[in-house]
Amino acid sequence: MRRRTLLGGALAAPLLTACTGKGGGSDGGGRTTLSYGMWDPAQVPGMEKIIAAFERQHPRISVRIELTPWASYWTTLKTSMRGGTAPDVFWMNAVNFQLYAAGGVLEPLTGHIEADATPVDRHPDALVRLYAHRGTQYGLPKDFDTVGLWYNKALFDKAGIKYPDATWTWDDLRDAAAELTDPGRRVHGFAAEMERQMKIYPAVCGAGGYILEDGRSGFGDERSIEGLRFLTDMVDRGWSPPQSAMVESIGRVRYWSEKVAMNYDLSAMAGQMYAVPALKDHGGIAVLPRGRRRATIIHGLANVISAKSRKKEAAWKLVHFMAGREAAEIQATAGATISSYEGTQDAWLKSMPEFELKHFIEMQEYAVPYPSSENTAVWENLQYPLLGAAFSGKGGIEGAARTLGEQMDRALKEERAS
Amino acid sequence: MSVFPATAASRAAGRGAAAAGGRAGPRGRRAAYLFIAPLGLGFAVFYFWPLLQTFYFSFTEFGAFGGHTFIGTDNYIRVVKDVTVWQALGNTIVYSLIGLTALPIAIVVAALLNRRGLRGVALYRALYFVPFVTLPVAVGLVWNWLYNGDFGLLNDILSRFGADRHYWVSDPSTAVYAIGTVMVWSTTGYYLIIFMAGIKGIPRDYYEAAEIDGAGALRRFFTITLPLLSPTIFFASVICMINSLQTFDLIYIMMAEKNPAIGDTQSVVGLFYKWAFIENAQGAAAALAFLLMLLIAALTYLQFRLQKRWVHYE
Repeated sequence: MRRRTLLGGALAAPLLTACTGKGGGSDGGGRTTLSYGMWDPAQVPGMEKIIAAFERQHPRISVRIELTPWASYWTTLKTSMRGGTAPDVFWMNAVNFQLYAAGGVLEPLTGHIEADATPVDRHPDALVRLYAHRGTQYGLPKDFDTVGLWYNKALFDKAGIKYPDATWTWDDLRDAAAELTDPGRRVHGFAAEMERQMKIYPAVCGAGGYILEDGRSGFGDERSIEGLRFLTDMVDRGWSPPQSAMVESIGRVRYWSEKVAMNYDLSAMAGQMYAVPALKDHGGIAVLPRGRRRATIIHGLANVISAKSRKKEAAWKLVHFMAGREAAEIQATAGATISSYEGTQDAWLKSMPEFELKHFIEMQEYAVPYPSSENTAVWENLQYPLLGAAFSGKGGIEGAARTLGEQMDRALKEERAS
Repeated sequence: MSVFPATAASRAAGRGAAAAGGRAGPRGRRAAYLFIAPLGLGFAVFYFWPLLQTFYFSFTEFGAFGGHTFIGTDNYIRVVKDVTVWQALGNTIVYSLIGLTALPIAIVVAALLNRRGLRGVALYRALYFVPFVTLPVAVGLVWNWLYNGDFGLLNDILSRFGADRHYWVSDPSTAVYAIGTVMVWSTTGYYLIIFMAGIKGIPRDYYEAAEIDGAGALRRFFTITLPLLSPTIFFASVICMINSLQTFDLIYIMMAEKNPAIGDTQSVVGLFYKWAFIENAQGAAAALAFLLMLLIAALTYLQFRLQKRWVHYE
């Protein structure tokens, strides 16, 4: 992760200067220049195309991209909010959303949405709800991500097992993991990594547990613990590398180098998987196997407007445009992610015909939104230090999960008090 | 007086100042203040003002987007009650103790490099100094590869002697020492340069006299070099302790967020970073930073008190 962000930063540097070169501020002739804050350099070309289409419709408005590398995006944004130099429109994620909404720095959109009949209902409901705070909508989704099961067909063939499909349960996954593990060649059946979005949350929800409900932590819940145990058990049995090994080479990298036969990973990784010749040839995708119930985690980014912007009218026009069909279609063709607008995902599906990407879209039906509260980072930061030992094969997941539940409840209580 | 190794230079400067002070009229004095004004201004703006601010903020709670409320000593109570603070403090003390081992290593190497007739001293000096001027980010990344449990050079070498594969930086029992070793590796060169200068300052006559009296190399090292080097050692140990108590960057680079050993390696400054920049607890972070400053001041004071027992000036 860190290496990715460093790389992202390096890539972003030249782009940043290139973008800021294009003049700024609102200039004469009644033209308005909006600034648009984002962090992913891979999405700049797609965003530029969307902006070009927007500018054709609104000749009096021009949009300038402000790219900040992920590693410093949130600290920069927070500081620029205080200093009054924040972008007019910018990217938001679920982890940070409630902090910003509660802090009063985001422009409420509910009134605008009603007035302009923005097609909110064409976006996944779970995703739209992520960006509402106390009944008010503050952000409109632009894309989404679900977690699916990636598997290596060559390793399955070698072990002589059937490929995963929609009928699979956790028992099938366990059986296959056992068969696929080959200690002699240091190949593991599965990567039960300590990773919240891709492994922990889907497993907890799949077991019928929950992360956060009505301001209470679900980590002490018996079902949630069962979900966690599903993961740590794979480590204990040697079907997955321990966390101590995966901190040095993560599950995704092990899947790329064909040292792990099955891995839970994001739809956004499809492009990178596709670039690995072996995986393009024999990488498979299936929906997540069923535990006590079907579940995956859905998350997506949203466009929001700064409450301190002095160009809110123009900013709303941009956000409205970006929530519409035309922008979504451009993004699906040129962007690196799945557009959240219903029915515009075809272009993305067709861009990698060898992969059965449709499973990622199918899973929307039972996808659980990424859990968040006002100070998400505080309780999220409790997870890895407490669960690390259990994920390294040292046991004690029940105790660790209960402690985590208690500490998270305490953090949530403090959050409400402040 | 001669706490700093550049003794000759500072003595000369002292003499100059004394001579100037004797003659300076009001104009001269004004000139002197003008000369030190930029430094004083820098000190006031970048050091003293933030210090006061930190002290003030440590009694407040911060809003995420500006604005703060006064909450009295709550932040200090939180710091003292928080187990992770004590754990981080324990780790930091371990780092300091490991960090101090750079000093004996540097002294021995400096003594060896100062032997008469040794060739290529400049090259050795440069080689030892390179790790110190290398960015901690680069150092951390390279050492992470050396330590890597699956592909690392260290495990590769050890496995030739029949040892088991070990995850050095992700096993809580070895992680602190693995990072500490890198700390020592990257700072030894800095202290080496200081000690080499210190040894150069010891008059040759002492060694010659000792040699005539039949003292061997080891005897000369323990009875001449070490005692006469003690002011330099004192200076280096103060600097070394302060640096290791503030250690952050190497740990930040070497420890991934998902490392199972993260709680066992986090330093006080690492915790400060987490509170201030990730968890939005700037007030508590300020309290923590202020307490760390007090701790460093107290330990430095203690060192100055203790120096009377072991530091010899000529």
